[in-house]
Amino acid sequence: MDTVVLLSCTGLGLGALYFLVASGLSLIFGLMDVLNFAHGALLSIGAYATWWAGTEAGFPLWLAVPFGTLVGTAAAVLLELFLIRPLYSSPRDQILATVGVGLAVPALLMGIWGADARPFPQPALLSGTWHLLGATVPVNRFVLVAAAGVLLLALLLFLARTRYGLIVRAGVEDRAMVTALGIDVRRAFTLVFAIGGAAAALGGALCGLYFGSINPGQGTGLLIFAFVVVVMGGMGSVTGAAVASVGVGLVQQFANYYTAAGLGDLSVVVLLAVLLLVRPRGLTGRLA
Amino acid sequence: MSTKTPDTSTDGTAADRAAAGSAGGTDTSPAERHSGRAGEIRAIPRTGESITERSTAVHRALRWWPIALLILFLVAPYSALPVPGLLDGPLGSPGSLQLIALCLLYGALATGYDLLLGRTGLLSFGHALYFATGLYATNLGMLELRLPFAAAALFGVACAVALALLLGSVSLRVTGIGFSMVTLAFAQAGSILVQRNPGGLTGGEEGRSAPADQLPSALLGIENTANLYWIAVAYLALTLAAVHWAVGSPVGRVWEGIKENERRVEVLGLRPYGYKLVAFVLAGGLAAVGGVVYLLLTGGATPQAATSDATLSLLVMVVLGGSGTRWGPLLGGVIYTWAGHRLGDLANSETIADLPAVLRVPLSQPLFLLGGLFVAVVYLLPGGLARLPARVHAARSVRSARAMGRAGAPSARPTGGPT
Repeated sequence: MDTVVLLSCTGLGLGALYFLVASGLSLIFGLMDVLNFAHGALLSIGAYATWWAGTEAGFPLWLAVPFGTLVGTAAAVLLELFLIRPLYSSPRDQILATVGVGLAVPALLMGIWGADARPFPQPALLSGTWHLLGATVPVNRFVLVAAAGVLLLALLLFLARTRYGLIVRAGVEDRAMVTALGIDVRRAFTLVFAIGGAAAALGGALCGLYFGSINPGQGTGLLIFAFVVVVMGGMGSVTGAAVASVGVGLVQQFANYYTAAGLGDLSVVVLLAVLLLVRPRGLTGRLA
Repeated sequence: MSTKTPDTSTDGTAADRAAAGSAGGTDTSPAERHSGRAGEIRAIPRTGESITERSTAVHRALRWWPIALLILFLVAPYSALPVPGLLDGPLGSPGSLQLIALCLLYGALATGYDLLLGRTGLLSFGHALYFATGLYATNLGMLELRLPFAAAALFGVACAVALALLLGSVSLRVTGIGFSMVTLAFAQAGSILVQRNPGGLTGGEEGRSAPADQLPSALLGIENTANLYWIAVAYLALTLAAVHWAVGSPVGRVWEGIKENERRVEVLGLRPYGYKLVAFVLAGGLAAVGGVVYLLLTGGATPQAATSDATLSLLVMVVLGGSGTRWGPLLGGVIYTWAGHRLGDLANSETIADLPAVLRVPLSQPLFLLGGLFVAVVYLLPGGLARLPARVHAARSVRSARAMGRAGAPSARPTGGPT
């Protein structure tokens, strides 16, 4: 029983991490048709900025995490303004440009801080364990789940209650119509990129907590599972991404534990294949 | 063939005259001038179109340049020509041959990949999976099943084709970007599988080297590098011929239609799914043959071949060279591979080590340079290197048209602008 609880908590923590990456990815794709290959790079930027602030600059972690998130958001906005915006007319070139950034940024981080994993500062408050139903669960799992829950709630409120949320939702449905109504969708593009970048950078910071260390390739590794989550959840759907990320995280953890290591990652892909065969449009039935 | 006409304004005919007039540069034959006049009437004379019109003896001979190039490549091992700057040793030395063979191999792989990207419009992020399947299955066929090399190679390619058929039929159920993501996920699963070393089969991070006792002796040892090089040239010729033939076939026409507008192909009563699957399997098979060649060239199978980075570098090659063109992917593959090797040397050189950190750190990362180069190509060279001549040409004709516009009456100069 305690193993199941521990695995569930770890799987939920991993799922929360996936959700932090996938929610932005899904929104960006839904609204702009851009598959952002640089999203993993944004995560790495957030992780390294937090790590830098927490160790070399000597900030406490509660300041370092917002700092890292801010840096990631700024990077996302710059990326959108200078690389994505000039290429609006050709979605494929946008993807290619993000692929280039996705290659270059981890290489740059590797050049500056080396290819080896860097130990991430763990504050005493978050490095302990909690006892839950007989299992000893590290606290940072709960932090991740809480962060993802807050993000999900905030995103849903933003989408449902604000004017820009309305524009984003309408843009996901039919971008041409929104433009025809005289609304400048491009501002919503930048906004969505900023939200996605912030979520990914926060994911990077929490990724450091979860794994205990950071390395330049981490973002790209997570990105692929985030893609799986986005496809499964139905592109452009935040709720779908949340459900799919929980499913993927749990399946991965349980399969990794009860079968050979590595089979968990494979079973996720098999799950994706089965889902596509049964429901080619993803869980929420959105156009995939 | 370029469909864009940059000059649709009133002085378009003048620009076209200028374009046709300065097209040849070296030889201005009567046929050339004729095409200049034809330009006045048809208004869109483009280089690719008017080849038949000016097929003089010179041009007819020039059309055989690929054959000449192939012969040059075939005799390269007998040459001791030093190529300073491009290669470390003379042309025929084993080190140079190995590098050229790798360049040609990646050029051929990129050409095969372009069958999906540039010809059918499918953005697959899982192409490395089929390359790696060919590579690993051939190696395992020799190591575990004790097959002779030829049988193992057939086994490897058959495995990859079967896998491409299976995974292609699943991933093509989603269209557009979903397809890209699904192929990426499958390839990632393959990459993880290879790295986890199931049952000690794949050798994990280290990979496994090919068994020397089962390879033909003509393919072993540094003195036989020329044979491996010829195999790479043969693979390149095979890929180019297969792609050329497939694109020209009726199926290839449907691919072109799918690339332009899939919905319309459906309206014509054709099911794009089957055609796309054919492209996917053919490209996968070609990649698998490339995997076999790679096994011979490097003497082993390593997990780097299966990573998503391997597919991304194929993508970079194709975009760099120009997707959807006959020679572009080859050019891109050769330049990328060569640059990758030379940038690695550059990163370790002393000129870089002496630079201040701001310059040294980015310059010592080949992937950073290649990523940056890629972004630059997407921005500055849409269409890749293969379309560069046409773009330069168009820019020049626009400029000369402007110059003529300032000079006054363009009709006073019937055969073209300033040279």
